[in-house]
Amino acid sequence: MSGIERLRELLERAFPDAEQLEVHDRTGGGDHFQVVVAAPRLDGLSLIDQHRLVNEALAEPLADGTIHELRIKTRGTG
Amino acid sequence: MSELRERIRQVIENEDVAIFMKGTPQFVMCGNSHRALEALRAVGAPVTAVDVLPHPEIRQELSGLSGWPTIPQVFVRGELIGGADIVEELNESGELAEKLRESLGDGYASGDERVVDVLATA
Repeated sequence: MSGIERLRELLERAFPDAEQLEVHDRTGGGDHFQVVVAAPRLDGLSLIDQHRLVNEALAEPLADGTIHELRIKTRGTG
Repeated sequence: MSELRERIRQVIENEDVAIFMKGTPQFVMCGNSHRALEALRAVGAPVTAVDVLPHPEIRQELSGLSGWPTIPQVFVRGELIGGADIVEELNESGELAEKLRESLGDGYASGDERVVDVLATA
């Protein structure tokens, strides 16, 4: 499974009802990612708490070195 | 608590604005650290920087304290503000300057930059 697919699967699991869910490989090298998540689960949370949920969803690839660099863009849907 | 962890904790709690980054403000070693630093510079924040690259333990202990997995990490008076994306977004919305004024007072914008070596023994 490619890095993109793995990240997408983890994010889909964490945000099953996401309105928008994107994973981009920024450099083509498979380790610099940008993710975009808009989901009801993020409603009413501060940016830092929204990013925390994304970081939690991606804890494994963050810890094992799959993700060398991660950019996060989040918003609620409310 | 390890001595290193304690020194990191002191930087977080005692500095007005602390950034844990790859490299130093004079020689930035990573794009995200650069983005966060530039956002802080844009609002004239007084910046105390810690380079996490000299030893992997700095990063481990930092993330253990903050619960935040990536670098950079920006703190204002002990409070984690976020990484590059958040600091950049807060700068664009004007909330970063507002947050600094609220926490540090109207005259916060000295733009001073210094580097603290958390590995150095006192």
